[in-house]
Amino acid sequence: MSTPILEARELTRTFRVGGFTNRRSLHAVDDANFAINGSEIIALVGESGSGKSTIARLLAQVYTPTSGEILFEGTPLSQLRTRADQMRYRAAVPMVFQDPFSSLNPSYPVSHGILRGLKLHRTDLDAEGRRAEAERVTEAVGLAPARETLEKYPYEMSGGQRQRIGFAQALAYRPKVILADEPVSMLDISIRIGLLNVMANLRDVEHVSLLYITHDIASARYVADRMMVMYAGRVVESGPVEEVLQAALHPYTQLLVAAVPDPRAKLTVTAKQAAGEPPKVIDPAPGCRFADRCPLVRDVCRRVTPPLLELQPGHDVACHVAAEGLGKGAESMGEAA
Amino acid sequence: MSHSSAVVHATKAAGAQRGDQHAAPLLEVRGLSVVYDTASGPVTAVDDVDLTVNRGEFVAVVGESGCGKSTMLFGIAQLLSSPARVCAGEVIFRGQNLVTMNDAQLAPVRWQNLSVVMQSAMNALNPVKRIAAQYADTMKAHGVRNKADIRRRSEEVLAMVGIDKIHLESYPHQLSGGMRQRAMIAMALLFEPELILMDEPTSALDVVAQRSLMLQIKELQERLGFAVLFVTHDMSLVSHFSERLLVMYAGQEVELGETRRVFDTPAHPYSKGLLEAFPSIRGPKVPLVGIPGAPPALSAVPPGCRYEPRCPLAYADCTTVEPELYEVNGVKARCLLYSPHNRPPADGAPIDPAQVPVPASATLLPVEATAKESER
Repeated sequence: MSTPILEARELTRTFRVGGFTNRRSLHAVDDANFAINGSEIIALVGESGSGKSTIARLLAQVYTPTSGEILFEGTPLSQLRTRADQMRYRAAVPMVFQDPFSSLNPSYPVSHGILRGLKLHRTDLDAEGRRAEAERVTEAVGLAPARETLEKYPYEMSGGQRQRIGFAQALAYRPKVILADEPVSMLDISIRIGLLNVMANLRDVEHVSLLYITHDIASARYVADRMMVMYAGRVVESGPVEEVLQAALHPYTQLLVAAVPDPRAKLTVTAKQAAGEPPKVIDPAPGCRFADRCPLVRDVCRRVTPPLLELQPGHDVACHVAAEGLGKGAESMGEAA
Repeated sequence: MSHSSAVVHATKAAGAQRGDQHAAPLLEVRGLSVVYDTASGPVTAVDDVDLTVNRGEFVAVVGESGCGKSTMLFGIAQLLSSPARVCAGEVIFRGQNLVTMNDAQLAPVRWQNLSVVMQSAMNALNPVKRIAAQYADTMKAHGVRNKADIRRRSEEVLAMVGIDKIHLESYPHQLSGGMRQRAMIAMALLFEPELILMDEPTSALDVVAQRSLMLQIKELQERLGFAVLFVTHDMSLVSHFSERLLVMYAGQEVELGETRRVFDTPAHPYSKGLLEAFPSIRGPKVPLVGIPGAPPALSAVPPGCRYEPRCPLAYADCTTVEPELYEVNGVKARCLLYSPHNRPPADGAPIDPAQVPVPASATLLPVEATAKESER
């Protein structure tokens, strides 16, 4: 297998909370390991506060990791020291934001953002080339006629169109991975699908990978190839999207899947199952963070943090019970070594 | 208007739980219209809506943003403030017309008989007051003076929504989003009202919290017998909870009927479009297209059918003839397909929208719908 475009190794980010005397640390992302390969959409799902956005910001270098590292095409980000290297990385891994109403500058036509990005990142192009490229990316996200669209101001466009401009901006840099943080959650149901189709199109035609951060599991299934489930700062399950959804191994993923409203299915979850609150991840003790809500909890779950193990080919799970069920209990409980 | 008398009564009114009273509807909205006064004249946000809610019934209102759902709810609760105002129609609640009542007359009805749960509990709760103080406020306003009574009732309602009574001493910011919304619902239950209006109470929550809150609302509703009018943009959310469903588009009712029936066989092309915009988490993956375009600006609604510019089934008459609500398959739908006079030109037979595939060209723009199924 070739080198992944982005790889996270034991990626951890903590934030200090509290005052001078009771300083504590909030573990937003703890020991995350994952890789993003070419031309794939990875859905990162989990409830609010589970650390999804922190991962995106770590990858976008908004935050620096507390420990662990991120590799870009095999090179640790900490070694990208020169400005040219930094620029190359930022062009290769752009971000699309959640709120299309505040992420575009209201006082310029939408061409402004795209052309500025091109000027910065595509120094090989002259003014005419930039113009042509701006039109190409605008058409690539399904906005036609491109020439007229580019002259519009954000207020003249609908939320769905603005979000497409967000993707066009990112696409202009010839990116390898687009970090899309809840790109459709502010949009109406009826136009979400259009944006999801744009994302699939970027993957299939432009061969761009996407990290699609969402709490909408049905939309993740619709576009993604792989899915990573986060709970309280930890990746608890990751694998091919169908396998994770239809044969979830982690009890949290099972709860999440069961909670998705599906008008075509019978109601299955009961109030008891769905109860519970996300845990605090301030100065966490060892052990599984889902233990307090888990129907399968055992003693060991409260003592030993379950590692993310490959329980099935390409399908990783961090759960002692699931590991034991598949004959890897000793490894999960740290007794193998 | 022919449909002003055409009020659908649910076939199985859950109001039977409340015994002998289920004959008269609890809430009857007749021809309600709400306008916003703007510099360029009044804009009609809710246009001639008829709706009944029976005792103990759960009725959901769905539609895209800007379709007048929340405005209608506020119009029913008489909570509109300028520039919005009810310009026509009546809201009969327990035999009284709320529209013609003044604030002093409305005060005893509010909280006692009718309460409202707002979209964002963070904004609806007072951030500088403890939960207990906010509950006490409400009860004092309705004449409950005894401190012990107030305390006891506050603890009772919190217990009903599954929150420990220690949180009476909490401030709103100390509660999680789900707990705040539960605390709001508990507050709405202080006087055991007959009707609770809910405006997207779950939309700020993630799926797990959302599902658990919906189950809780349903459980309380079955236990206490109140009726719910529930506004949401997420159609799939209410599929298992509401008895009847009202689909709104551009200020109008476009479909009204039993929830299961609307989900299984949507009559209006808009209802069908909304339903098809939801990817499923089970079953085969199919490419979806959503609904092309956006709802019309309410200041410039198109002539004829308001959905016509986005409708895959539109034909010539749709641009000129304004459809009424027609009875079809036990539901009401505002679509010319079901009009006795305006048949589509092809063969004169009504088209069943469930049978008509949405053309792939109906995407917003020619981006190919790709679900990448070939990989697996």
